[in-house]
Amino acid sequence: MPKVELTNHLKRFFPTLGPQTLPASTVAELVRALDGRFPGIMGYLVDERGSLRKHVNIFIDGEMVVDRVSLGDALDERSEVFIAQALSGG
Amino acid sequence: MSLRMFLGTRKGLVVYAQTPGGWRLESVHHVGNPVSYAVEDPRNGTWWAALDHGHWGQKLQRSRDQGQSWEEVKAPAYPEDAERGDGKPATLEYIWLIAPGPASQPGRLYLGTNPGGLFVSDDGGDTFTLCRGLWDHPSRTQWTGGGKDTPGIHSLVIHPADPDHLMVGVSCGGVFESRDGGLSWAPKTKGLLATFLPDPEAEIGHDPHLIVACPTRPEVLWQQNHCGVFRSVNGGERWAEVSAGPPRFGFAVAVDEVNPDRAWLVPAVSDERRNAASGGLSVSTTEDGGVTWRELRDGLPQEGCFDLVYRHSLDKRGPTLAFASTTGNLYVSEDFGERWALLSHTLAPVYSLRFGA
Repeated sequence: MPKVELTNHLKRFFPTLGPQTLPASTVAELVRALDGRFPGIMGYLVDERGSLRKHVNIFIDGEMVVDRVSLGDALDERSEVFIAQALSGG
Repeated sequence: MSLRMFLGTRKGLVVYAQTPGGWRLESVHHVGNPVSYAVEDPRNGTWWAALDHGHWGQKLQRSRDQGQSWEEVKAPAYPEDAERGDGKPATLEYIWLIAPGPASQPGRLYLGTNPGGLFVSDDGGDTFTLCRGLWDHPSRTQWTGGGKDTPGIHSLVIHPADPDHLMVGVSCGGVFESRDGGLSWAPKTKGLLATFLPDPEAEIGHDPHLIVACPTRPEVLWQQNHCGVFRSVNGGERWAEVSAGPPRFGFAVAVDEVNPDRAWLVPAVSDERRNAASGGLSVSTTEDGGVTWRELRDGLPQEGCFDLVYRHSLDKRGPTLAFASTTGNLYVSEDFGERWALLSHTLAPVYSLRFGA
């Protein structure tokens, strides 16, 4: 099953958050599965239409996802996913 | 009665309390998170805070124990078919206003949002629904952003004798009134000027920075507009410009609870420059409905000020007034603005200041 790691910044809101292994064949499925374990986290990653928030990035095996609108990028059993926040000032 | 002050700042919610020894910093919440608006619901004492996470979206937080614990409430969501004026899908961009409903509707809560949304809750904020009557108003495609990319709703006036009688301010769209609880809306912009439009007297497209009503004389409305200060004595049927001297450009306005002719503003130098007038900080007040204005400067710095006071960052409760600025200064007056005292010069930029109990 794909593995996912998330930026530590999200631990502020989800203190028990750590690396996860989740059943998913697309990024959208992975985000939904993650929300099942950490209710509400989906709203931090995507907007109410399911599109990736502007300042959030998702990488699959080091490559940024292509489909930011519906998160349709495919995952396989060995995929390693990293969910990061873009850096910003202030 | 002692008061609290709720400050939505770029770095969190800051609460001050009035004590026998003066105002004291009481507590800080959501440290590090921008709080776009915070308010106490006077009906039940619930504290509300809208969080504007740069990365993680807009969140709504509620505390029923005076800030000891907070719970995240599901943020309002635009319906799937909702499109912005430019045809793009509408998603929640900003929570600009949290407005508790009247005592007669104990579960009612309103949110003003970008893009152009008025959301309504009837279950104490557990769930919110977009007010379709306003969203579907045919003029919405003519609304534009003012300072933000999309139009937003920042002002709501609920008539104290009729909870179905509502008025909202949209920047930039104008003033809209509903007499049927939000089902239908009509523009109320006669007499306003929008000098940034090809037709300054156009019905749609105005930028009312803030609209407030005198609580005991609700037919008297005050408006700090992008293009001047305006007042209406007939519930918005007609507005009259009452700008004279420094009070012209600014964002905030407060009106007396009893005397509808008495109001306060914090003027900025101009739309083009947007800093304190003459480099010094002043509050303008009138007691004759805006015919004449007096500048109040006692206790306020008079040089080198770059303070700007946003629309929700001036409030009044009885003789007490307070305002806070984008440069993190907080001033309070206990005598209707005659003399001011600095409470803090080290806050983060302040987005809102509201009194509570």
